[in-house]
Amino acid sequence: MNSFQGRYLSWTLAEGAIELALHRDPCNEIGLLALEELEKFASALDDLARDAHALILHSTLKAGFCAGADLRELYFRSQPMEKARAVEGVRTFLERIHRVLNTIDAAPLTTIAAVHGVTFGGGFELALVCDLIVADKMARFCFPELRLGLIPGFGGIPRLKRDLGNAVVRDLLLTGRSFNATKAQSVGLVSQVVAEGEALRVARATAAQLGKFDRRTALAAKKFIKPIPYHELKQEIDLFCQLFAEPAVERGLQKFVESTDAQPYLP
Amino acid sequence: MPTQEKTLDEILELAAKHFKVARATLTPDDDFFKTLGIDSLQALDLLTRLENHFHVELPDYELQGVSDFRTLAERIQARL
Repeated sequence: MNSFQGRYLSWTLAEGAIELALHRDPCNEIGLLALEELEKFASALDDLARDAHALILHSTLKAGFCAGADLRELYFRSQPMEKARAVEGVRTFLERIHRVLNTIDAAPLTTIAAVHGVTFGGGFELALVCDLIVADKMARFCFPELRLGLIPGFGGIPRLKRDLGNAVVRDLLLTGRSFNATKAQSVGLVSQVVAEGEALRVARATAAQLGKFDRRTALAAKKFIKPIPYHELKQEIDLFCQLFAEPAVERGLQKFVESTDAQPYLP
Repeated sequence: MPTQEKTLDEILELAAKHFKVARATLTPDDDFFKTLGIDSLQALDLLTRLENHFHVELPDYELQGVSDFRTLAERIQARL
């Protein structure tokens, strides 16, 4: 299927590049619908990759790339359930999203996240599975999960540890503060910072450059350079579920959902 | 290093230009959420624009509870 138009996302394949566009208001929050369509994409990826050398992930929404997990859906689904059942539901969701993200992480082509605006939590984790991140200078990266009594659950910690120095990982996770694109580039997270509105164009130019190289060599290099921390990814799910069972999380989620605070995104 | 007054003036200029309000309508003690009519995502946008303009880092927690331009200018000035 060379193209797909879903409610959460769409993809097209043209000139050797797959473009996966996220377009669910307000800021591409990842809930069950998003997961289903991401799974559809992951299932199609091997076939698509036969005719492509690059994959670009981007958002068509002004607000940003992706604000992460759909916390409202998580709260309203979990709240009526017994705790053990809610935790089991969360584990199932996490295992499914991990399968999708691991597939993109290991995809047999070069992957580029073209990000702008809010790139938070699960959205940040989605960008982290890509080989390269091209960031609009207005992009902002953040892991605000600790304010909910949680840790990132979509593989963020093992992938941050793979890519960055541990002091930077601690800064991001333990303070919950956000980094702008320039800071993200200075710590080695972002490969290029570009002017407002230019991330997708630059990602396409980068994809065109990648197309000049022998694909098998590029794939061999990627496999050698970019190990996937499967063991730690599993440990992250366990720790997330352990924390999710704590009463503090329900209180944190309720506070978020009911917040009329002007700054709910600020940790 | 610019004076705090100059920093404040540049913040007001930037906010007026980006959020398309008349500069003359903005005063230092305005609540910028109300005056600019912005939500939390737009506040993040403003934060990023200010960081880019002044070449500083402003950790989010330094802005907790800050809603007027004058205090914002003080926070930025402390990092110049």
